[in-house]
Amino acid sequence: MAEMDTSGGGHKKGPGVKKSKKLSTRVDLTPMVDLGFLLITFFIFTTTMSQATAMKLILPKDADKPEDQNKAKQSGVITILLGKDNHVFYYEGELDNSASNFKSSTFHDIREVLINKKNSVKELKDFVVILKPSEYCTYRNLVDILDEMTINVCTRYALVDITDIETQLVKRSDDMAAAQGN
Amino acid sequence: MGRAKLPRKSTSIDMTAMCDVAFLLLSFFILTTKFKPSEAIAVTIPKSVAAKVAPNKDYVQVIIDKDGKVFLEMDDESMKEIIGNALNNTKSLGIDVKAFKKSLFFGASFAGMKSFLALPEDQRKGNLLPGIPVQDTAHNELTEWMSQVLSAYQGKTRPFFLVKGDNLAKFPAFKAVVTAFKKNDILKFQMVTAPEGVPVGTDLWKKAQSGEKREE
Repeated sequence: MAEMDTSGGGHKKGPGVKKSKKLSTRVDLTPMVDLGFLLITFFIFTTTMSQATAMKLILPKDADKPEDQNKAKQSGVITILLGKDNHVFYYEGELDNSASNFKSSTFHDIREVLINKKNSVKELKDFVVILKPSEYCTYRNLVDILDEMTINVCTRYALVDITDIETQLVKRSDDMAAAQGN
Repeated sequence: MGRAKLPRKSTSIDMTAMCDVAFLLLSFFILTTKFKPSEAIAVTIPKSVAAKVAPNKDYVQVIIDKDGKVFLEMDDESMKEIIGNALNNTKSLGIDVKAFKKSLFFGASFAGMKSFLALPEDQRKGNLLPGIPVQDTAHNELTEWMSQVLSAYQGKTRPFFLVKGDNLAKFPAFKAVVTAFKKNDILKFQMVTAPEGVPVGTDLWKKAQSGEKREE
């Protein structure tokens, strides 16, 4: 292995010849092993194992006639709106005139809201989530909320265009939150 | 009383074998590591719990960068050739089909395609390019691109449509892309994300625990 035969091949030296000291060629490999494993750990940690994954999104075909559109029971509907700076808003059922059921939430809390709503709905097939991203939200927000659908196993959800009233509401709440932040 | 003599053994172990193993593993890891190809368009993708690996063959990928600029990437060169020829015929752009075929991605309007292709490969950087104009609904050029892609793939299996967006890209850009897809009846597409663990205690987590397969 790492040693060499230093025995001199059985050759006998003469009586006058000084015996040279036999040095072992055996090397202590422990530091080398250390180094090896250190490099291994380094490479393992720095390698991004992650291969990109893909989230499937299937769009509904645009219904031309309003009567073709899917109907959802009001009691099972929750609408989630995405605003600026990772703001999330939601309301259950239909938005009432004074917008009193328009509530604010965060990406962290929305899961609880969804779970509560899901549990309170009598029939699971009536549970519909409507997602309305405003023009200020980022792509990341959208992916996060779609991911939330997967996480909470919401099988019926739809990506719907935001209405003007909702845009205004979102914008106002966004501005309010921004003012509070200052 | 005579005690049994224990033979004295050396405590030093031969490290050679271990060293061999360490370096074998090291070389294995180094050789199997695939380096990320340096990307012309810098995109930080969001995370999701999706577990399916994104297809890396036969794809048509729309990239949205952080400024909302849109780029189109395809891997099939023969398809790109067909599209290049079709564009020359229908729009008489006079583009160099060879360069078009070799180009990894496209990031200019149809009018600017010629000058885009004239740029050397290493200067085609996402932040310097105008991107495919999509924001204007009336002139969403991606719609045209998609219909060209579909006609090129006619009679063959449809490619995978991917959308790769940056975390900071705004929603209108995504919506424009989706509109372009919808207009061409591309209703199924996939969004490229980085993997993330399923949060403990959620419904999906419970499903996974009970061994139920998740539908993708």
